[in-house]
Parts: sequence; C-alpha cells; structure tokens
Amino acid sequence: MLDATGKALIEVSGLKMYFPITAGVFRKHVGDVKAVDNVSFTIYEGETLGLVGESGCGKSTCGRAILRLYEPTAGAVRIDSKDVLAADANTLREMRPKMQMVFQDPQASLNPRMTVAAIIGEPLDEHTSLSKKDKLARIYELMDQVGLNRDFANRYPHEFSGGQRQRIGIARALALNPKFIVCDEPIAALDVSIQAQVVNLLEELQDRLGLTYLFISHDLSMVRHIADRVAVMYLGQIIELAPRDPLYLEPLHPYTQALLSAVPEPDPEAEKSRRRIILKGDVPSPANPPKGCNFCTRCPKVMDICRQIEPTFHEVQPGRYVACHLYQETAG
Amino acid sequence: MTETEKAPAAAQTTGASLSYRPPRSQWWDVWDQFKTHKGALIGLTIFVLILATILIGPILWTIEPTYVDLRARNQGFSMEHPFGTDQLGRDILSRMMAGGKVSISVGMTAMALSILLGTTIGVLAGYFRRLEGPLMRLTDLFLALPLLPLLLLMVTLFRDPLSKSFGPESGIFLLIVSAIGATSWMQTARIVRGEVLGLKEREFVLAARSIGTPSRRMITRHVLPNVLSPIMVSATLGIASAIITESALSFLGLGFPPDFPTWGRLLFDAVDQMQLYPSRVILPGVAISLTVLSVNYIGDGLRDALDPRIRGR
Repeated sequence: MLDATGKALIEVSGLKMYFPITAGVFRKHVGDVKAVDNVSFTIYEGETLGLVGESGCGKSTCGRAILRLYEPTAGAVRIDSKDVLAADANTLREMRPKMQMVFQDPQASLNPRMTVAAIIGEPLDEHTSLSKKDKLARIYELMDQVGLNRDFANRYPHEFSGGQRQRIGIARALALNPKFIVCDEPIAALDVSIQAQVVNLLEELQDRLGLTYLFISHDLSMVRHIADRVAVMYLGQIIELAPRDPLYLEPLHPYTQALLSAVPEPDPEAEKSRRRIILKGDVPSPANPPKGCNFCTRCPKVMDICRQIEPTFHEVQPGRYVACHLYQETAG
Repeated sequence: MTETEKAPAAAQTTGASLSYRPPRSQWWDVWDQFKTHKGALIGLTIFVLILATILIGPILWTIEPTYVDLRARNQGFSMEHPFGTDQLGRDILSRMMAGGKVSISVGMTAMALSILLGTTIGVLAGYFRRLEGPLMRLTDLFLALPLLPLLLLMVTLFRDPLSKSFGPESGIFLLIVSAIGATSWMQTARIVRGEVLGLKEREFVLAARSIGTPSRRMITRHVLPNVLSPIMVSATLGIASAIITESALSFLGLGFPPDFPTWGRLLFDAVDQMQLYPSRVILPGVAISLTVLSVNYIGDGLRDALDPRIRGR
C-alpha cells in the first residue's frame, strides 16, 4: 500500500489563510478570520490523503488555498518542488494542468449554459492546441473513462442526475492528465448509492492513472474506505495526521477520539457497547481562537498547560503526528 | 422481417448515428426553441413586415414624403392617399414609411450603443473589484444628471459641427443616436453589475479559474452568456424608449429638421388637430406600439431560447 519513503508530490508548509474583518465607515482592519492557521503536511505520489473535520474548520479553504484559488496570507505550497504560491500569473497558468479540483456541488460547478462537450473541452481549449477532431476524440475518451454515454455530449448539465454531473466534473478535472486532484467533498451532495459509485470511480481512476488525491470530507467512514493517510482538522489547524489504520484503531488526540466515537457501528451488538464521547460547548470563533491549544475549551482531558501554551505539531510515533500536550512529554 | 420489427431497428440506427454526431452549434437548439414560442414568432413576423414596408414600400409608393400639394390638404382615406394627407397636403403613407426608416434605425442603433456601453461598464465593474468604485460612481453621476436639458445642450452644441462634417441628415442621426445611447446605458450597467457580482462567486467560475482560464475568456465564456437574460430585457425596452426619446427631441424642435419625417415628429405634428383628424395621431402611434411590442416579444422568445434550462420544455 503506502510507501512512506515515496516521493513527496505536494509539500505544504506553514500555510495560513486569513480573511480580514473590517468595521466602521473607513473599513478599518479590526481582525482576521483564521480559516487556515499554520498548516503543514506532505502528500506522497500516488496516495490519498483524507482531510476530515467538522463544518467550518477550514477544510475546503485549505484545499482551495493549495490550488491558489484564494491568495493565501502566508506559507508555501510546492508541487514537484515548484512553489505554487510564489509563482507569477503566467507560471501559475502553466502549472494549472498538473493540479485540478473536483467540487462539492456538481450542480453549481458546471456552467448551465455550456454543453457537456464544451465543459469537458474547456481545459483542452485553454492548454492544448488540438484540432477540432482530436479534441472531440479526447472528450469522448474522457467521457468513456468516467462512464458517461457519448450520446450525452450535446446535453446541458441540468439534464443530468447528481452522480452524472459529478462524473462530468471529474472528466473535466482529468482532461489535462493532472497528477494531483483536490476532491472537495465530492460526495457530500450525492445520495448514498451514488456516493459509492463516485468513490469507486475515483479509486479506479487513481489505480489506472496514478493520481494523487487530497480527499476532503466530513464522512469518516468514506475516508476510511478511500484514504491512505488521514489528517484531522480543528479550527483551522491540523491536530492529528496518521496512516489510516492506526488512526482508526487508536486515535491519539482527544478530538479525534471524540470524532471517531461518533461514527455509528453497523453491527447492532457492537453499537450497543459503543461509548460516545460527547463534547461540551461550541467551536470557538476562528476570528478569536482561545489562547494555548485551540481545543482547550472543549477538551475532556484538558490540563493547565493547554490554556497557556500552544502545543506543537510533532511526530510521536513513526508517521504519526499529533498536536497535543498529552504526548508532549513522551516526545521530549 | 415485419413492419413492427423494422421501426425499432430504424430508431436504433438513428440512435447509433446520433452518438457519433459531433456537438452541433448551440444556435440550432436556440432556433428550435424559438420556433416553439408563438408570441415570438408572431412578433418576428410583424417586425419583418414593418421592416419590409419601410424598406421596399418607398420603391412601390413613389410619392415624395416632402412633396407639398396645397390643393389636397387634410384629405381623408382614399385610393390616391390611402392614409390621407396632412395640413400641407403631404401624403401620410409615404411620410410614415420614411419616418419608420429613421425611427427604427435610430431606435436600433441607440439601443445597440446603450447596451454595449451598459454591458461593458457593468461587466467591468462587477468583475474587477478595483474598477467597481469609479465605474459605479460614474453610473450614479449619469443617473443624477437631468437628462432632457443635457440632451438639449448636446444637440445645440454639436449640431452644427456634425452637420458640417457628415452632412445634415447623417450628422443629426449620429448626434441623436449617440446622445440617446450615452444617456440611457445606466440601468443596464447596474443590472449587469449586480448579476456579475452574483455569478463571480459561483463554483463554475472557480472551476474555470482552477483550469487557468484568463479573465477575458472567463468573461466571454462564463459571465456574458449567463447575464444574457437581463441584457435582452433591457435591450427590448431600450428600443422603445429610444424611439420615444427621439420623438420628444423632434417635438422640441431639436431632433431632425422639421420637414424630415420620423414617427415621433408625425405624432407631435398631428397633436394640434387631434380632435379633427384623430387618424393622424393613431397611425404613427400604432406603428410605434407595434414595433415596440413585436421587438419585446422577439426579445422574450430569444431570452427563453437562449436559456438551456427552459429549452426543450
């Protein structure tokens, strides 16, 4: 499965995405919403990194900032050791084919006034100079790849079901033979039977084309199915990053433990004995995160030090990174 | 093989040939949908008829619109003068045809100019954040100007130099068209800007950015087709108001020269004697209304036909 010594394709270091808050007549800058706050991780070639967390924790913002759909406040993102965030407009345009995105809402991510052929052909128009015939052949090839009937090429997005629309979105992302695809909750807007189809399609394409995914989701079971490694986000920060199996077997961070205890068990016997960790209170505002550890206001195992000093994100076991004071002593 | 078996087989072969049919031009779909809109078809027919009358009519009906026959003043409908004559004995049918040519060309050109200006400014203001402030303040400035005095000022200032360089008729035509165009783009600009602001946040625009589509193609490919509906509506309304503004200018004596017929001019010339000769008011009035109405219906049909979500229903 995962070769931990594999080649790093994406290196994110110290990524920060702050959205300014302005107030008053003169739109004075009074603070920032820290949607993504100092996030660092690496994605190896051919693997799937799952990014999980609750609503509003900055998962999608993180994915978009990596592709520079937003202008991040600070940090560096390297794809194939070329910096995405420092690139000027032209260089960035040349780097675009390598990294693509599949969006959450397949309805909103397709232009209602373009036919399927035009939507899938758009990246080809922008980055290749294929003849009309070659372009059509490539469009048909992509439609075959994602399991769309060639007959659909002349139709418009509103004529499709959610799952088919997501296939169109995937075909568009594949058009330029990317290496890296950010899947921003690609299955959240689909119903369960279609979710499985789309996820299987993504896995199949990964095997066939050697793709690398950043799979953003709040569906822990689905991430367990598709991801090789999993990163857990809370309030704009990654608090735990580990290979899938150890993480699901023995979560280290108290937040991950609470999160995983909320996953329902299909076996009724096991479900009876499942003990949920119920967190108290609400997620603090990302505009005004608490002092010390971001999780200290809700953590069941909170200590004095948590309210004073921010824990560092470090390796506690080979390949397992946690940001928590509970594991700080063992490391130091 | 029986007849019943043949039919599905034939259907299948057409289905198979369909799958290899190259993506056809969107305009065929648009035309197919346009044909299903009854009002639009009737509007188109009426508009074509009006255009044909105006363009071909003068060749068949050879009385000069400016020919004064004082012995035949204020005549009613007859074979010699189907629509009668006015107080100077000029034939109203030929004046209507000549007037229609001017009114419709002024209406169309002024509308095109105002839509072009309004859409450009609206799209730029909506899409580029930096331009939004200056462009929208400019729009507000134009909205706040009293338009009629401004038009009068423009006409008095520029009439003579333009007449000199382009000839009296085309000079005045240019002046009136640009005056109307330059003072009626603001509504369009505001509507378009609002739409663009909403569109810009849609995910398909983000998707296009992740592909690396540059701004100008983003506008032509993703933004403009999606703001077509409001543009179409303001275009059809714009023709009507351009024709009416032109008649107001003519009425004030600042449009085309007095003997030069336009529909608005005919209307206002006839207002004095409305009680005695109501048909002289009704005829140009009906012509203006029919044109405006048919253009509105055409616009309505086009807007529906251009929206793939409505198409095919």
